[in-house]
Order: sequence, then C-alpha cells, then structure tokens
Amino acid sequence: MADEFILRMANITKTFPGVVALDDVKLDVRAGTVHALMGENGAGKSTLMKVLIGMYQKDSGTVTLEGREVEVHDTKGGLNLGISMIHQELSPVPEMTVAENIYLGREPLNRFKLVDKALMRRMAQELFDEWNIPLNPGMQMKALTVASMQLVEIAKAISYDAKVIIMDEPTSAITEREVDLLFAMIRRLRDRGTAIIYISHKMDEIFQIADEVTIFRDGQWVLTQSTAEMTQQSLITAMVGRELTQMFPKEHAEIGEVLLEVKNLNRGRLVKDVSFTLRRGEILGLAGLVGAGRTEVLETIFGVHRAESGEILVDGKPVQIKQPKDAINAGMALLTEDRRATGIMGVLSVRDNMLAAALRRYSPGGFVDAKRLEEAAEEQRKALAIKTPSLDQLIKNLSGGNQQKVLVSRWLLTLPDILMIDEPTRGIDVGAKSEIHRLISTMAKEGKAILMVSSEMPEILGMSDRVLVMHEGEVTGEVPRAEATQDKIMQLATGTEAAA
Amino acid sequence: MSTTTNAPAEAPSSTAARFNLGAFAKKYLIVLILIGLVILLTILTDGAFIKTQNLINVIRQVSAIGIIAAGMVFVIITLGIDLSVGSIVAMSAVVGASLAQTADAAVIKFPGLDVPVIVAVLAGLAVGAGAGFVNGFLITKFKIAPFIATLGMMTAGRGAAYIFSNGRPISTLKDGYNWIGQGSLLGVPVPILLFAIVVLIASVMLNRTRFGRYTYAIGGNEQAARVSGINIDRVKLGIYVFIGTLAGLAGLVLSARIGSGNPTLGTGLELDVIAATVIGGTSFAGGIGTIWGSVVGALIIGSINNGLDLLNVSPFWQQVVKGLIIVVAIIIDERKNR
Repeated sequence: MADEFILRMANITKTFPGVVALDDVKLDVRAGTVHALMGENGAGKSTLMKVLIGMYQKDSGTVTLEGREVEVHDTKGGLNLGISMIHQELSPVPEMTVAENIYLGREPLNRFKLVDKALMRRMAQELFDEWNIPLNPGMQMKALTVASMQLVEIAKAISYDAKVIIMDEPTSAITEREVDLLFAMIRRLRDRGTAIIYISHKMDEIFQIADEVTIFRDGQWVLTQSTAEMTQQSLITAMVGRELTQMFPKEHAEIGEVLLEVKNLNRGRLVKDVSFTLRRGEILGLAGLVGAGRTEVLETIFGVHRAESGEILVDGKPVQIKQPKDAINAGMALLTEDRRATGIMGVLSVRDNMLAAALRRYSPGGFVDAKRLEEAAEEQRKALAIKTPSLDQLIKNLSGGNQQKVLVSRWLLTLPDILMIDEPTRGIDVGAKSEIHRLISTMAKEGKAILMVSSEMPEILGMSDRVLVMHEGEVTGEVPRAEATQDKIMQLATGTEAAA
Repeated sequence: MSTTTNAPAEAPSSTAARFNLGAFAKKYLIVLILIGLVILLTILTDGAFIKTQNLINVIRQVSAIGIIAAGMVFVIITLGIDLSVGSIVAMSAVVGASLAQTADAAVIKFPGLDVPVIVAVLAGLAVGAGAGFVNGFLITKFKIAPFIATLGMMTAGRGAAYIFSNGRPISTLKDGYNWIGQGSLLGVPVPILLFAIVVLIASVMLNRTRFGRYTYAIGGNEQAARVSGINIDRVKLGIYVFIGTLAGLAGLVLSARIGSGNPTLGTGLELDVIAATVIGGTSFAGGIGTIWGSVVGALIIGSINNGLDLLNVSPFWQQVVKGLIIVVAIIIDERKNR
C-alpha cells in the first residue's frame, strides 16, 4: 500500500531565525497523480518545496523517494534523484539560445570535449516535437515572451526525466492557450507515471487538473484529500479557517475627510484602472494574492514607477508625482515590501538609515545639523523601543523587527500624512509584530491616513477599517470592516466572486 | 544558505570588551600598517627615511594622488569608478600652462596673450570640472557604466591633451604659476598645503553636508535611496564634477612642479589614486569609505615609492611590491566586511 507513494515527506520542520516556517508537516504524493499544494502566502508551501529540491536544509524529518530514504544536500542532488522544479520566478540566461538554456550545466560534448551545439539543438528540437511545444530551440532566450520562457522552463524540467516535477504557479505568466498546452503536457506526464506537485492559488485550475490536494496553514499541515471530495468553499475554509489568535491593538480613530484620492491609475498589467479614496484616521487594507499588483499600486502612486495614466489628488488638489521625492513633498511615505532590496542600507549606521528620507529637514543650507539630528534619532529610538547598542551600529546587525522599526522611523521623521506600508510585519517576530501594529494604530489615531498591503489575513482583518481586494491588477471589491471575512476576501482575491 | 538573516546585535556582555578592541584595531588597522611601514623603512635606510626633509618629500610626492583620492572616495562609495583622472590631469596641465607662458618662451601656444596666473588656474580647474561633468552626464543620463564612460574620457582626454599641445610640453611658465608646485607658504610647500585644504573640504563635505550623507546612502542601497526621495542623478553628477575639478587641480600642481605643461602628465595616475583609496578602506561593495583613510592610503603608496627609491630597488620591483600591497589591502578589506 505504501509503495504507491512515490514521495513521502514526514515530520519536516524548518526554522529561520525567529520564524518556524514548517512545523512537523507531511506530504505524501502518489506516482502518476497531480497533487496540488495549497495555502495562503507564507503558509510554507515554497519552503517545503525548497527543502525537497535541496535549496534549504530541513532541521528534522525524513524524505522518502520510491521507498528509499534520501538526503538532498543541494539542488544538484535533487536533480540527480529525479526531482525537478519549475520556479515561479524564471531565471533564464537571456543571451543564450533556448537549447543552451535547457541543457545548461549538462551540455552534450563532442569527441574533443567541446560543447556539441548541433547535437544540443537536435535534442531540444526532439523534446519540443515530442511535447508539441511551438518554439525554435535556436532562438535567443531574450527574444521570447514571458509565456514562451515559461514553456522553455517546463520543457527543461521534463528533460531531466524527473520522477517528481514541482510546478510553482506555472500559469501566473501565461495565456489561456498556453495553459491548455501546459495541462495537456501535465496529463501526459501523469499518465507516464510522473508525479506532479502543483502549487497554485487559482481554484479553477486546481479542480481542473489536480487529483489530490494538501493544504498548509501557518507552516502546519491541515489536510490531504481527493479533490473530488472537495468544493471551492471547503477548500477556502480549510486554507484560511483559523481563529484570530493574535490580538490586534486597533484603537478607535476618528475618520475624517478624504486625504488621498486615486483615480483610474494605470501601469502595465498589474495596475489596471485602480481608483480609491483614503481618509484621515483610516487604515485601508489592500488585500490580494502575491502578484495581484498591490505593491505595484503603491509604487506607482509613490513615483517609484511612472504611471501611464490616472490622477492622484492629495487634500483635493491634483499632484504630479514623477519621482519619490515628489510624493514625499506631497506628504506621502512608502515603507517598502522588500526590506533588503529597497529598505535598509546595510553597511550604514542606524542613524544614517533613519535620516535618509528626512535629512533635508536637518540640513539647513546643505550642512547637517549634527546635534538636532542626534536628538531626533535618539527620540525615535526611544519612542519605537529600537533595540540597538548604539545609533552607530550598522543596521545589518539588527534583527529584522528592529530593522523594520528603524525604517518606520525613517518615514515618521518626514512627518507624513499618508503612510503606505507594504507587508509591514513580514519576516519579523511576534513581539515586534504587535509593536508595529500598535504603531500603525497610533498613527491612524493621530489623523494620518494609512494604506496597508498585507498578505496575512489576520493582519488585514484585524487592522483595517476597510479592505480593498485586488486580483490580477484590478480592484475586485471593497469590503467594510464589519463585513470583512476571510472567505469573502479570499473569494475576491482569487477572482471566484464578482465584485459585490 | 546565505539567505538567512544576520544574528541580532546584542552580544553577550562578557565579550563586549574584546569586541571593542577588535573593532578599534579593525578601524585603525591601516594606520598601524603605515606606522609599521615607516618603522621598517627607517631601519632599512639607517634613518634616512625618517628625516624631516625626506618626510616632506614623501608627502609632496603624493599630494597629487591624495588630492584626487579625496574625490575618488566619493566615487567609489557610490559604486562608481573614475579612470579618466590621469587624462584630466594632462588636459588641465596643458591648458593651465598655455595660459601661463612667459613672453620669452621658445614655442608659445597663444602668442601675445598675457592673462593673470589666476585665469590660468581657473581655466585648469574648469577643464577638470567640465570633463567631470561629461563623465557624470554620460553616467546619469545615458546610464553608461562608470567604468566605460570614464574609460572613454581617459582615452579621448589624453588625445585632446596631445592635440592641444601638439604633442610637446608647454614650457617656460611664469613664476606665479610655478609657485603652485614649487613654492611654499609659511614654510609649508604649496602642494602639501593644497592637499591639506582639499582633505579638509572633502571631509566636511562627506561628513557634514547633505551631499555627503546622500553619497553614503546611495552607496548603501541605491534603490532604497531613491525611494527615500534622494535625487540620485544629481548627487552622482556632483561627485564626478568634484573629482574632475580635483584632477584639474592636481594637473596644475604637477605641471607647476616641473614648470611645464606636459601632455604625458598623469599617465597611469588613476591606478595610484584608486589604490590609495582602496588601501584606505573604501569598499568596492559601496557605502563605506573615509577621506582620512585615503590620505593614509596615499601616504603608504608614497612611503613605498620613496623608501624603495632610497633603498635603490629597481622601479620594476617597486611595481611588484605596490601591486602586492594593493591586493593584500583588498583581502583585508574583504575579511573585515564579513
């Protein structure tokens, strides 16, 4: 009986500093089936897959492949065992040809031990013919559309003759026609006995292609069931159905006049005709799945990217925002999502990091007023209880939560009226989390307007006065606090319910 | 995995004292190396190296390198590089000299022209600032990598200096001009005085002005700096104009020192400047660097040059030694930042 499972992962635990990403989870996949892996953002799906392919090392637990316990030390080891993965974010080598990308790192050699390009191309062509992929293996990767690149990535995964293929959101960048092609490929693979682990947020896809589904929540295993026995509703409930265990210190704030108005904002495929208003004292939650365009909306408003069209009004007056500086001058602040990429300046001190955005106020005539600056930084450190040995400490040496607090100070020092915060508590420990929540609440109480993107449902429900939900670049609904439920938001976020 | 976050800052108190000592040694390691080098050279030269006149020589010899290195600190902090400084030196030297020739010079660039020395000086500085502006413009507006943009300026600038001077040194200069390289004020040689002034100004700029703090912020994380409302292009443009002007000043000093605007002046100088900057602790990973560090770096290079001269080591071997020291300095720098 156990033999029908080609892959069994049992008692897998993986922790990162301050976070238990996977807590004693299991995943059993049968040969010749498509097994969907579902859960909210941060539920641990990707972490488990990275453990499986050897990108992360598990703290404990066992992985059994075809009845034999295996240890995967690196991604090469995973591939050798017959596990390949199609990542959500593609990493093609743009200057190389399609064939070269597919056989990267395992190029066929001729008798002079040189790469046999002709053979490589023939192999790629045969692969494409076999799987009906309408691409030319001699083309340069960079000439392809994102959708075509995705097909190449899929072909590459197949070419390893993998026993288990993991697909992480494989349809996020491809069109319907290619989805059909992909599903046909998946069915053929399945019929040959290959197991597919399929990660997706799209409900209709799951019911179309998956035989079984495993659901994770907060790093824990919730259930494994045949999709035939489930409905969309029961699936959503299983994904989000947790009690609100954390207390959100939301204080009552007087909601005042409209401070920010965004009209018909457009940029690319992730910001489509977005309109909303934001009032003083209000916390507006912006919910949606990863890739729904929430971050892009914030960045476009703030001038990190130029809007293609649309209007932004602050206090009823239209403002032109061409670069972040314009947004700051209009009283906006943006706490970015990716702390390392666009937040901290690692090798700089806590003080310098705090003063990056508000330095103008502390440098009359261009000269830094060291004394006032020191006072301001010290005041922030006390007010936000930032744990650092000194203001001279390099920010990279602080914990994630304290780094985040320093970045909050950076923006508070600009005295903003409108705070846009993107995943304010991602990757920080529980204690710092509630402190950040308290801060957000206090700011709202002071009459600031807050636009908060979060992928954590309890955070959205606990903090927001109103929730705006996005799906594929569009606002699919607006839910007042009283009516906001996890199910409702999830339905809007997955596009399974039309705007209310 | 390298993606795991850093350990929290709180270190156990028992190791705090040792950590601080380590930090002190780390921070001033380069000074210790300079002191060690001075002692070593003094012993090897039977005390000739430490003589006041010789030390003054060392500093005067490196003043041009040191002047430009103060600007290179800004450039490298922002993850840039300026390869064109040697060629800017040559352009400034020939232009400055051409405006400072005496009427009895054998070959006169501008016959009949007689302008005050200050005009020649300002022209030299303007040439440097202009070249720096072009560098900065290419880097910020056309998004050309600093290495490439300044490589272009390095090549074209050298050519321009040859064209301007017809490939010959522009000689027989006014005393007032030569004073910049040969004279002294209150007993201090003018090049050393200029070096000191530049270091002072650059230090204040880097540490006490918004411009300097923005320089660090850009080097620390350019994307974050942009989101913080910093006008990246303007700061970078300013930095390249600044180093260009300093290179222009160095060109005046070097041409005045030899009393002639030679289009070959400053050949290979960019490498000594970059070496001084990097030995002085400015990190190629960006965000880290000090002016005083670059001064120490310049003094180390000067001491090696001078000491090895005193020891009659062949110039060929001098290059080998200098190369080794640069590499060792980078290795130390890399380990420090781990």
